[in-house]
Amino acid sequence: MTFEPEAVGASEAEETSAFGFSAENKERLDRIIGRYPAGRENSAVIPALDLAQRQNGGWLSKAAIEHVATYLSMPKIRVLEVATFYSMFNLKPVGRHFVQVCRTTPCWLRGSDELAETAKAVAGCGLGESSDDGMFTVVEVECLGACCNAPMVQINDDYYEDLTAETFRALLEALKRGETPKPGPQNGRKGSEPVGEWTSLTDLPDLPRAGAE
Amino acid sequence: MLSDADRIFRNLYGQDDWGLPGARRRGIWDNTKALIELGRDKIVEEIKESGLRGRGGAGFPAGVKWSFMPKEPDGRPAYLVVNADESEPGTCKDREILRNDPHLLLEGCLVAGFAMGAHTAYIYIRGEFFNEGSHVQQAIDEAYDAGLIGKNACGSDWDFDIHLHRGAGAYICGEETALLESLEGKKGQPRLKPPFPAASGLYGCPTTVNNVETIAVAPTILRRGSGWFAGIGRPNNTGTKLFCISGHVNNPCNVEEAMGIPLRELLEKHAGGVRGGWSNLLAVIPGGSSVPCLTNEMCGDILMDFDSLREVRSGLGTAAVIVMDKSTDIIAAIARLAHFYKHESCGQCTPCREGTGWMYRVLTRMVHGEAEVEEIDLLEQVTRQVEGHTICALGDAAAWPIQGLIRHFRPEIEHRIVERKLREQQPAAAE
Repeated sequence: MTFEPEAVGASEAEETSAFGFSAENKERLDRIIGRYPAGRENSAVIPALDLAQRQNGGWLSKAAIEHVATYLSMPKIRVLEVATFYSMFNLKPVGRHFVQVCRTTPCWLRGSDELAETAKAVAGCGLGESSDDGMFTVVEVECLGACCNAPMVQINDDYYEDLTAETFRALLEALKRGETPKPGPQNGRKGSEPVGEWTSLTDLPDLPRAGAE
Repeated sequence: MLSDADRIFRNLYGQDDWGLPGARRRGIWDNTKALIELGRDKIVEEIKESGLRGRGGAGFPAGVKWSFMPKEPDGRPAYLVVNADESEPGTCKDREILRNDPHLLLEGCLVAGFAMGAHTAYIYIRGEFFNEGSHVQQAIDEAYDAGLIGKNACGSDWDFDIHLHRGAGAYICGEETALLESLEGKKGQPRLKPPFPAASGLYGCPTTVNNVETIAVAPTILRRGSGWFAGIGRPNNTGTKLFCISGHVNNPCNVEEAMGIPLRELLEKHAGGVRGGWSNLLAVIPGGSSVPCLTNEMCGDILMDFDSLREVRSGLGTAAVIVMDKSTDIIAAIARLAHFYKHESCGQCTPCREGTGWMYRVLTRMVHGEAEVEEIDLLEQVTRQVEGHTICALGDAAAWPIQGLIRHFRPEIEHRIVERKLREQQPAAAE
């Protein structure tokens, strides 16, 4: 939870490279700020950092954090505090595909360790590191809240669920080839219904037939 | 078993359209004005009589919570805040509501918000639920365009705004006052209570924070009557409930069932049973990672509701059922949870900040038997020193799974220590 500049791992040039919101992101952010009462613009700090991170290629540089502080008229330290507190803000550059392997007990019971090994092997890097080609960053994260579809990973904004070491490897290889695999369960399920025969929601005559593809 | 006619979450698996046309087909937004015309007091009364207890884990009576909001405005606005920061390990039910039935939640926001005198609701969703949040935002836009929310919502004369707020990764923000801090643009560190949010919550204004499922069931309760909801389950443990079944079952799934369904029936009817059969069951965590586990002997006839699980010193929590078969290293499974709490401690209170790390390190040694037998009692004592000595319940949540482990699996921990010692003695004995 402490901010350790030496652990940031970005060069001075990367940290201070000029940052300003694009016109499009300014408009987005102003719309978000409008959701909060006048004088409560600080409420938009998390969405502002999120936009900054997206615009900055997946991580927050010192310049980006400072720009958010200026934009929201907040002391820099308050924004830095938020940026370091929340796990989704990256304080060092990440690869094109940010691979987050869920490690908490429900996923672990169904093989998350194997997924972590697979990710490391395909990316050729350790946990918390990026592949040399900048394609992947691999991290382990705590519960992502898709436990009925364990084990699962999040890659950028998408969840990939019901994985095995084999399907996960294939998924990563597809990303490497520049393909865009379909997010969601990788075993044919649509959501968190039981595999095979449904045990509920089969008797709703007015609705589309449950279980029908 | 609950019949489909009594199920509230009819698009739980996303088989139907999640947008407004599909929602209307499922009866959502059907004359919502009439629900509002019941009036504030009647709505709160109905929710009280239905016996609805909060679905986020603590199980506090929802109607009673709503009644804490000031009756007469004092110049400050009132807020409804929906806790969609679903992060309790094992729990993945709100996600299905958010992505498959967002209008059910929005309609609930309107009637619940009206019942507490709020003109504004914020839905605080965990940042990782990016696609789920997009569904909610699109549903909000649809609802504004259709006049269902906004000025004169549903023609009720009540102005009501709903805003989505995305978090950025922090389990602690599921704690209601940490959530409010986060919503105000700060680190998510819990506040001291009192003052409770109903007196001073978001921006210092009267606020009620409710779980997604709690809010989403409200309109159906009002339509079908409190008696209908109260007639499902047992007294003080009423209604339908979403259960998340994960771990070593044949068919992990979410399912809506009657509160109080026997655990064994829940697993066998909906999740295809325990992998390798019932006799292969080692333990079950019945209510999300924060509650103590049950041994297989305890699981045979236990009912899945608040009171029966409390009687066996566990809890219903979020009704996230994590099943572990006999292949599980139970100490490692709980050590994983200890790591989770260590990672998620906000660092504000010393017993939790230091205790979660300490407990994790000791448990990790115990996985390999690298401990002394006396340390089991020491670990138990430390959990007691964390429990109840922190601002929020994260300290308790970190302590309870470990207490459950020691209570039910002490012989296993001891066995591993003895085995390790024997292993270390062997080379010497061989000489």
